[in-house]
Amino acid sequence: MFQFITKLASLRNFYFFCGKLLPWFAWPTLILMVVGLYWGLVEAPADYQQKDSYRIIFIHVPAAWMSMFVYLVMALSAAASMIWKTKASEVVANSCAPIGAAFTFLALATGSLWGKPMWGTWWEWDARLTSELVLLFLYLGYMALQSAFEDKRTAARATSILAIVGVVNIPIIHYSVEWWFTLHQGPTVQVMKDKQAMDTSMLIPLMIMATAFKFYFATVLLMFSRNEVLERESHTKWVQEERERL
Amino acid sequence: MTLSEFFYMDGYYLYVWVSYGLALVVMLALFVSPIRRKRQLLKQLGRKKKRGQRI
Repeated sequence: MFQFITKLASLRNFYFFCGKLLPWFAWPTLILMVVGLYWGLVEAPADYQQKDSYRIIFIHVPAAWMSMFVYLVMALSAAASMIWKTKASEVVANSCAPIGAAFTFLALATGSLWGKPMWGTWWEWDARLTSELVLLFLYLGYMALQSAFEDKRTAARATSILAIVGVVNIPIIHYSVEWWFTLHQGPTVQVMKDKQAMDTSMLIPLMIMATAFKFYFATVLLMFSRNEVLERESHTKWVQEERERL
Repeated sequence: MTLSEFFYMDGYYLYVWVSYGLALVVMLALFVSPIRRKRQLLKQLGRKKKRGQRI
């Protein structure tokens, strides 16, 4: 196991390993998306209170979950980069930033589109909404900081610190609906509870969509990471060979 | 359920479809951008190699 990890730390091995993994995430993403969308939009019944507007949940909640999950992956990779100075973990952390920003944007935008008909407002400085907006700025800040350095390794040192410090925001987002009761509703899905607030006819498509988003993230992460490896290793022989092969 | 009922979404069509459309656009863009980037990178690498041979 340890040998496997040290081997992956080499960018060349990392590049080919990612390439092998790609189809195992890309195809399930497509299948899960199609099934989840059909189930959520057609099969699932309308909500008795919110009618069909609640169907935004199948995008909103998976995107919001991913916005936090991607941040955790980014922060863990950043921590690994600081501790072991591995280049592959720097690549993963950098690749997480734009993807996480996209999910955060989607969570905010679909939340806004759901808030207008249900709460009567596009935006409110509610604890959940504000902390999610802070998350978006953390991602954007990470990307800005990264591009401010010419040398990738120096950049990684700075961005890693930002990513690790920003982790405090994650529990704030998660518990915001319990700590401050303002506008955003409490959690619908709770792992530790036997009785779910949501009916299974809606819960199943939500879980399928959440899984689809996870696979999608893995797919795109692998693609972004492979590109960054090619960029970093452009001077090496193996990259030139890879170019001729493609 | 008829097709027009499906698209009408109980009157919430604007909010629902804009949400789904936005997700489609963002996620598709995020998927296509690394493909295009890779093509661009490989082209750059090719140029670099030619330059190397000239020198």
